Amino acid sequence: MRAGVGQCHVTPAIFVSGLVKTFGPTRALDGLDLTVETGEVHGFLGPNGAGKTTTIRVLLGLIRADAGEVALLGGDPWRDAVELHRRLAYVPGDVSLWPKLSGGEVIDLFARLRGDLDQRRRDELIERFELDPTKRARTYSKGNRQKVGLVAALASTAELLILDEPTSGLDPLMESVFQDCINEIKAQGRTVLLSSHILAEVEALCDRVTIIRAGRTQQTGTLSELRHLTRTSITAETTHAAQGLVDLAGVHGLEINGNHVRFDVDNDHLDTAVRRLGELGIRSLVSHPPTLEELFLRHYGDELARERALAHGDRGDRQ
Amino acid sequence: MTSAATDLTGTAVLTRFIAHRDRVRIVVWVASIAALVAVTAASVKGLYPTQADLDQAALASNGNAAAIAFNGPAQGLDTVGGEVAFQAGAIGLVMVALMSLLMVGRLTRGEEETGRLELIRSLPVGSSAPTVAASLTVAAMNVAVGALVTLTLLALKQPAAGSFTFGVSFTMLGLVFMCLALVAAQISENTRVVYGIAGSVLGASFVVRAIGDIGDGTVSWFSPIGWVQKTRPFAGERWWPFLTTIAAMACLLAVAGAFASRRDLGAGLVQPRPGRRTASPSLGRPLGLAVRLQRGSLVGWSLGVLLTAVAYGSIADSIDDFVRNNKTLADMFTAGGASLTQSYLATSLRILALLGAGFAIQSTLRLRSEETLLHAEPLLATPVSRRRWAMSHLLVACGGCVVLLTLAGLAVGLSYGLVGGGVGVVPGLLADALAYVPAMWLMVGITFALIGLLPRLVIAAWVFLAVCFIIGLLGGLLGLPGWLMDVSPFDQVPLVPAAPFKAVPLVILGVLALSLYWAGVIGLRRRDIG
Repeated sequence: MRAGVGQCHVTPAIFVSGLVKTFGPTRALDGLDLTVETGEVHGFLGPNGAGKTTTIRVLLGLIRADAGEVALLGGDPWRDAVELHRRLAYVPGDVSLWPKLSGGEVIDLFARLRGDLDQRRRDELIERFELDPTKRARTYSKGNRQKVGLVAALASTAELLILDEPTSGLDPLMESVFQDCINEIKAQGRTVLLSSHILAEVEALCDRVTIIRAGRTQQTGTLSELRHLTRTSITAETTHAAQGLVDLAGVHGLEINGNHVRFDVDNDHLDTAVRRLGELGIRSLVSHPPTLEELFLRHYGDELARERALAHGDRGDRQ
Repeated sequence: MTSAATDLTGTAVLTRFIAHRDRVRIVVWVASIAALVAVTAASVKGLYPTQADLDQAALASNGNAAAIAFNGPAQGLDTVGGEVAFQAGAIGLVMVALMSLLMVGRLTRGEEETGRLELIRSLPVGSSAPTVAASLTVAAMNVAVGALVTLTLLALKQPAAGSFTFGVSFTMLGLVFMCLALVAAQISENTRVVYGIAGSVLGASFVVRAIGDIGDGTVSWFSPIGWVQKTRPFAGERWWPFLTTIAAMACLLAVAGAFASRRDLGAGLVQPRPGRRTASPSLGRPLGLAVRLQRGSLVGWSLGVLLTAVAYGSIADSIDDFVRNNKTLADMFTAGGASLTQSYLATSLRILALLGAGFAIQSTLRLRSEETLLHAEPLLATPVSRRRWAMSHLLVACGGCVVLLTLAGLAVGLSYGLVGGGVGVVPGLLADALAYVPAMWLMVGITFALIGLLPRLVIAAWVFLAVCFIIGLLGGLLGLPGWLMDVSPFDQVPLVPAAPFKAVPLVILGVLALSLYWAGVIGLRRRDIG
């Protein structure tokens, strides 16, 4: 750490630099960087198989890094696992429970193992998430298993929450309960690492985000810094031949076929682009925000093609 | 008429699908039951070559309550067929009942519980078709068993009437338990509970029959196994007791149908008991969790070991009568200069320890399955170290080994003591059984070392146990070389009470177990989880 700068900065909750992890011939993490400041909600984004879960498992000390620097709450996640785990709570992406135990028993078990069972908070969360704690885990649906994991983690007083796609399988009502809970935790000054591929959730909750692909960090910054990534896809049919769009600012991937036009536009320039279309006379117009996958494919398409050509073979980048 | 026809739409296709999907399972079940009868028949012919031998065997069994309790009524024992029915009948009938109830549970409630039935029912398939297809398959298996048993005995030149009656007994009993399992499958939404209900009826049938057969046979009429044994194969056959099995099937099918029409897909007739709202105080430590996860399995193993031990112990006193006049059997049991009974007890304890080792391995492997099922991951993300997590399950495994051996020693001792040895033998046999503790712990150690160091090869633990079984049961018979016999930890334990007790081998086994435990801990600490 550089002198001067280091002294006035608090140690980040999570600091990862140049992290490498291979599974046999597969390079799951390939020099990944990630910094989560204390007190922030940090979005951890990437398509399936990008390495999000692998990174989290390194942070939890479940798997050992092959190379790179990893610090969690100022400690070494592999060596100091037990001590560090007193200070964090974790929700896996697919909560797998013991079929015979009830949801309430699982929640209590984890709270007691962490040593911070708060009965009142637990009961309140069970109510907010509308969870029946007496049902056996075998009979829970995917969404309800996820709620058990969430209540167990959110009921804790841990200073760091590591959440790996925690809302997969939750309905929109529960998604909003989850967002309320995270905002409360943020207000208490606690830190959250939120892995997700749901852009809307990340936009609603996160101060800063890190985007990874193929085990490498592609982008990291605040949401406004990242805003250029959010574009709208437009498909339109116009009365007059579509022209005069090429020189518009913020328009990408323009395809013109007579009166049919297709392009993506940065949200900052959406207004101008639609005005120009209006001048051409709109017969039909379809617009939708790109999914994260589309964004990645489009944004990094060139790089991907170059990599494929170089590697000449598929890289099974599973998590 | 039309509604019944549409109800069964797709039955033929589903039946063919089941037969194809489960072809290996079906063949193994049917063939192993038929093989059991064939092997018994061949060995009866070998063991009792003359009519005089058969007469002697009949005389020994006629007054042997333990043998009757285990095998069934002593009828026609002076014939080869009657002797086969006595030796292989009880176990064969239990197997055919087990086959039927396990297959029905798997094909009906098992399919429903996993959600596969929902997928099938969304197709143009009649509402009864899946159940009928499953029943047709299991019924065909039972007919095949009966036919193979009959043909085997006919091939060995046994009387046709007896062979046929014995074969049909298998089919009929299997069908009764198939119908019973169909009822059980309507009651609970959990396949394991279905097995539990049908299995308990099977266990009760066996016990009721045993009590009846020791007495004048009246009580046996309350047991389905009793019904089919009342047809007296090879001992003046009579057909009418089969009518009771047919009546039972009709009643059970009617009940199953009534239950089925009263419930929804995926639900049971009995709603499952809700779980606890909060965890009990013991469920706050890894050990509490391990005990909770494994107690059901330990209870099951305990019952199995207990029943086997009682069976072994209760015939120990009559072992002399049983084999006195039979050179082949006598050679099998006598080791060194010890008495026949002492050798028999020592062999029984060793077999019980080998059985218990199955628990030792299964219980230790729980660590691995917890890992692969991703249950370990959130647990290890709490302040629980890998060693403490491993210790929790290893303590259950090691403690369970002691429980099983204690039960084995007490049960062998008490049952032998009560039938003639005197209860004074109990402490000695208990101590002898506990001599196997270090060998069992070594099996735990071997399994745990594999989990820590070579997690992908944990199956090797089972292979090693199979090798130990072969060495322990057949080593002498096969004439295996000494170095190979030494591989089995169970053969390192002195053959107490037939041989004098020695402490040194036990200490060595214990030290080996401890070193393997440390090797496992080191491996587990160094490797990735999952």
